[in-house]
Order: sequence, then C-alpha cells, then structure tokens
Amino acid sequence: MDVLINIFSGAFLLIGSFLCISGGVGIIRFPDFYTRMHAVGITDTLGAGLILIGLMPLSTDVFVFAKLCMILLLTLLIGPTTSHVLAKAAMHNGLAPKLNSGICTQADEEGTGSLNP
Amino acid sequence: MITAATIAIFIAMFLAILRGIVGPTFYDRILAVNMFGTKTVLLIALLGFVMGRPEFLDIAIVYALINFISVIGVLRYSDSNEFKHHKNPPDRES
Repeated sequence: MDVLINIFSGAFLLIGSFLCISGGVGIIRFPDFYTRMHAVGITDTLGAGLILIGLMPLSTDVFVFAKLCMILLLTLLIGPTTSHVLAKAAMHNGLAPKLNSGICTQADEEGTGSLNP
Repeated sequence: MITAATIAIFIAMFLAILRGIVGPTFYDRILAVNMFGTKTVLLIALLGFVMGRPEFLDIAIVYALINFISVIGVLRYSDSNEFKHHKNPPDRES
C-alpha cells in the first residue's frame, strides 16, 4: 500500500513538474503576448493542480488534506480569472496581437488600429 | 520526487522572472509576476512537505489570495492613460 501511494504521488508530481517547466519555456519562447498568456494560463492551472493532487496522498493529517483541497480550489478559481482579466485589459488598451499577414488579410487591410476604440 | 518537483518549480520561477525583466510590454511583466506568484504558492506547499512541516500550507493559502488581489489591483489601474500601450512609444518604454 505504501509503495502504491508513493508511485501515485510520484507520477502526479512528475507530470506537474513537466507542465511547469513547459510553461516556463513557453513564456520565454513564444513571440507574442497572447501566445505567452496561452502557455502560462494553461500550464499554471494544470501543473499546479497536478502537483497539489500529487501532494495529497502524502498528507499525514486530515487538516493538511483539507488545506491542500483549499489551495487546489483557489488555484482553479484564480488562474482562469486572472488570465481572462489580463487578456481583456490588454485588448481594451490596444495591445494588438501579432497576426500572420498571409492568413489574416482582412485584419491587415483594416489595419491593427481597428482594435483601438 | 518531491525534491525533483521543487527543482522544476525553481527552474520555472527563474524563466518567469527572466521574462519579467526583458518583457517588452507592461502586460508581459504582469503575466510573469502572476506566474511567479502561482509558482511561489506551489513552492511553499512543496517545501512544507520537504521540511516535514505541513503548517506552511496556511502561508500558501494566504499567498494565493494576496497574489490574486495584487494582480487584479494593478490591472484595475491599467485603464488610466498612464499605462496605455502605444504602438510607437513616444519617449519611454511602455
């Protein structure tokens, strides 16, 4: 039983660590603010959730388990909300996304200034 | 495995603070600070288990709430003209 718990939590911690590092690579390598936000918003929520779920079987007390559940709920609520507010504020203040001219010809004809109110 | 996860969190925090330093726009920096705060919550929770003191989880809860409130508070003021993003910044970096 002990070995099973260790394998379970170790697998979750490993996947969560991989997602956190991939989010770090994404925030460095991606070319645009919105693509960076895509990388961070996804990997933050999922990586944090997986790491916290991986810590849950290692808890020695009921209160520790409850606190981990509380942090998990807070993370699941806070991450998407912050991403939404950040994207809305950036879009509202006229930060234009970097568009490929071959794909989005209409946006290029109108000019990116159309994003400004 | 907890130690490996802690090292991975440290690497992610380093990359986030790198983007926060070189980030071209104001929103890149806020995004990096938000990611840094989330990773700090995870780091505190992991360090509590590494050091055998799970009472650190209380601090992690408080840090998550403070991180959320601070990001929302900074973005609340980004509506003013002071933080308005210009395509060609006149004389200072936006």
